[in-house]
Amino acid sequence: MIESALGLGTLSILVWLPILGGLLLLALGQNGAGVRLDRWVALAISVLTFVLSVPLWTRFDSSTASMQFVERLPWIRSFNVEYYLGIDGFSMPLILLTTFLTPIVVLAGWQVIEKRTAQYFAAFLILEGLMIGVFAALDALLFYVFWEAMLIPMFIIIGVWGGERRVYATMKFFLYTFLGSVFMLVALIYLYLKSGSYSILEFQNLPLTLTEQILIFLAFLFAFAVKVPMWPVHTWLPDAHVEAPTGGSVILAAVLLKMGGYGFIRFSLPITPDASSELAWLMISLSLVAVVYIGLVALVQKDMKKLIAYSSIAHMGFVTLGFFVGWQILERTGTTAGIAMGLSGGMFQMISHGFISGALFLCVGVLYDRLHSRQIADYGGVVNTMPRFAAFMVLFALANAGLPGTSGFVGEFLVILAVFKAGFWYAFLAATTLILGAAYTLWMVKRVVFGPVANEGVAGLTDASARELLILVLFAAGVLGLGLWPAPLVDVMAASVDHLAVQITQSKLAGAL
Amino acid sequence: MSTLASALSADLLTVWPEIILALGLCLVLVVDMFLKDSYRDVTYLLTIFLLAGIAWSLLGAGAGGETTLAFGGSYISDPLSRVLKLFAVAAVATVFLYSRPYLRARGLHLGEFYVLGLFALLGILVLASSYSLLVSYLGLELLSLSLYALVAFNRDSPVAAEAAMKYFVLGAIASGILLYGMSLVYGVTGSLNIGDLQATIGTAEASSLSLWVGLAFLVAGIAFKFGAVPFHMWAPDVYQGAPTAVTLFVGTAPKLGALALAIRILVEGLPALGDLWQVMLAALAVLSLVLGNVAAIAQTNLKRMLAYSAIAHVGFILLGFVAGTPEGIQAALFYTLVYVIMAAGSFGFLVLLSSRGEEVENLDDLRGLWQRSPWFALLMVLLMVSMIGVPPLAGFYAKWWILSALLETNHVGLAIAALVASVIGAYYYLRVIRLMLFEDGGQAHAGGVPLDVRVVLSVNVLLLLLIGLLPDRLLELCARAAALI
Repeated sequence: MIESALGLGTLSILVWLPILGGLLLLALGQNGAGVRLDRWVALAISVLTFVLSVPLWTRFDSSTASMQFVERLPWIRSFNVEYYLGIDGFSMPLILLTTFLTPIVVLAGWQVIEKRTAQYFAAFLILEGLMIGVFAALDALLFYVFWEAMLIPMFIIIGVWGGERRVYATMKFFLYTFLGSVFMLVALIYLYLKSGSYSILEFQNLPLTLTEQILIFLAFLFAFAVKVPMWPVHTWLPDAHVEAPTGGSVILAAVLLKMGGYGFIRFSLPITPDASSELAWLMISLSLVAVVYIGLVALVQKDMKKLIAYSSIAHMGFVTLGFFVGWQILERTGTTAGIAMGLSGGMFQMISHGFISGALFLCVGVLYDRLHSRQIADYGGVVNTMPRFAAFMVLFALANAGLPGTSGFVGEFLVILAVFKAGFWYAFLAATTLILGAAYTLWMVKRVVFGPVANEGVAGLTDASARELLILVLFAAGVLGLGLWPAPLVDVMAASVDHLAVQITQSKLAGAL
Repeated sequence: MSTLASALSADLLTVWPEIILALGLCLVLVVDMFLKDSYRDVTYLLTIFLLAGIAWSLLGAGAGGETTLAFGGSYISDPLSRVLKLFAVAAVATVFLYSRPYLRARGLHLGEFYVLGLFALLGILVLASSYSLLVSYLGLELLSLSLYALVAFNRDSPVAAEAAMKYFVLGAIASGILLYGMSLVYGVTGSLNIGDLQATIGTAEASSLSLWVGLAFLVAGIAFKFGAVPFHMWAPDVYQGAPTAVTLFVGTAPKLGALALAIRILVEGLPALGDLWQVMLAALAVLSLVLGNVAAIAQTNLKRMLAYSAIAHVGFILLGFVAGTPEGIQAALFYTLVYVIMAAGSFGFLVLLSSRGEEVENLDDLRGLWQRSPWFALLMVLLMVSMIGVPPLAGFYAKWWILSALLETNHVGLAIAALVASVIGAYYYLRVIRLMLFEDGGQAHAGGVPLDVRVVLSVNVLLLLLIGLLPDRLLELCARAAALI
């Protein structure tokens, strides 16, 4: 209805509405004390964006792997670059995750952010539009434009509203991710020169020799591994998370990290399948290192945010493990069934991790707003003074540890199931996450939430406000909803997963010069 | 007799914009003599009208894509020259629009600023259309001498005098080197005409040692005008020492002249020696990228930082020549145009902040600017983002096109080196953003700045955003302008 009136597609509206809304907020600026119009505008725009994104789900045809809601216009004619948007079973859930989380982030910053609130909300709205653009773009250059443009609002969010070492953290964040992405640009230009177009779908059909594929794969790996982040290029994440404001941490963990995983699915796997197969050992090893080693690192953290950041890296290791373990299965059993299972497990894990990590960062934010400390040692016995909040925090912690009935279980279960087909020792190492994850999360919860009231600060805590409870309920709905009834999400992805599984097992070497 | 007259009139028609400019600037000079200080705005308005008129005549002439040679093939009017001229006129007009309050606050609002600026512009126009080594030299000297005088424009400032002296001495040496190179080329080929050079240098001449030496001298001279390492020494001192309004001039339009010089002499005149000058320029480009980006990190003076940034950007421009294909030259042209817009914005920003009288030129002055002048801080953020090469600003497409051209010619190593250098470079641009947004305590603010300057800066920066969102127009313009080379 709206789209036909404006001559725009749903995806375009979802990309541009938050961006224009953000610019509007910047133009409105701070207004006088009292009304605080800016946050209401921000909330209205983000909720409206979410409402407008619901049709992506309801009108989505999950029986096909082809692109839907397609919009295609020439953009840079001289280079055959198009304004080309469309979604499939991979991008649609991620877009909904983004539109669902942004209103929550706005709510999370409702009272906490005290300086330059209009700019704060504007940055998040612009970021939302750009993130949706990344997931919806089917033209590689358009994708790159959104991908890089995201760095600017995120850089500003961490730098302006972050903690004490925010400048160091945000510089590190920007330079790390920028360095990663420039290699991707080289690969994209190379693919354009080969294919004469920037269409990602055409890249996927382009025959390439093994050497080309490996080089392109490595270039993509630079960009995506930094974003995921994979060991050993993960070091920016704990810094960025610790220093970012709560809303920034939520978006960073819940959506930005998923860009890396999405990149593997959209670019690395289908464009360079032979290299993916060739280098699967590398990816599996790096993923297992992330799962085991980073899990151990998380165990010794004293700072709650840092602990959850390391936990994120470990969980994202599961995602990449799921994406790449398929080849090992193929080699061992000769069947492709495991590939699809790993892929959908990884995808599920991404969405689930979006909710869980976002929720955990929010819980830390709630505590931090009260005591201005993130140190585990400063807490203890929170349950006595904040019973309702504690219930939610324990729920999210259990979900992070992979408790059945929560979304965390489904993704990990699917991946481990796939990994088992690849070999016992892979599965053994991967399954340590169940122990390590439970250990570091529950130990943290034990020290923070349970026990006697540790000090006067904790004794003076007030329980979560209605606004905070609303946010926690929304997160809990996501975590439990996906955990108890994963079928809708799995079904939506199924066609795309199967298509990708077929696509990546077909060698692209034939026909390559 | 009549054929001579008609030939002459056809020739004169080709140089019509230059003739208007030459006559117009004499008029400005004369009128200005009779004006009291309080009427200096008349000179300013006259200059702006003159530039508008030239732009109009260029637009009229640039309707078709035709190429005309004049004065025995030593002067050319082609799409490339028209694009360069149009941008040069626009850049100089922008400089004048920015500078008036700045100069007035320092008692420097004198007619000579405009006259010297117009002379420099005339030099650039001649360079853009030159099709003979000698004419190129003429244009270059006209440009350079005007710039030396402009740098020393604030004659009470010892720093400016030192900068001008340095610029003059080094510039004179570079001109000498260039002229020597030209004479060697003339000695081997017996021709000064670009068209003849292109046609006559065959394989036999191309292997002549004297020609190689001549080429090396030419490249050195061109590199000096661009400010490429190792011929960059003048740039940081001149940028820092000159009054900011003059830095704004030196940092923008002359780059178009240097580009014209390089395209006419190397690409059009000596394509037979392409392999040779591409190697030379590749070395210069890598050195400029590395040294420019690394040295800029150490600067505390913003003008000096932007000088090193200019050196790094020149490295990128030269990479377009290294690719050597028409594509590469088009990319270099696009990069130069975008760079001129970015440089005009960045120095214009400094001029704007300094236009009440105090000098804003240190990085620390910008601390916390966001709280005092949010709009201009935002514009500067966009400028720095564009300089880094992050989409959706024009600077990204400039780098992207150069990279495409490099990859197309299999210069993968150079492409990656350039990218890594620009990641290093991102650090100091980000530092500017950081100081403005994340920190407190500076003094600079944009209060009391006249409306016209505010509007010009806003338009200037939003133009970068517009090109970034819809780059097609400018990309195609550059592709067409450099298609015939």
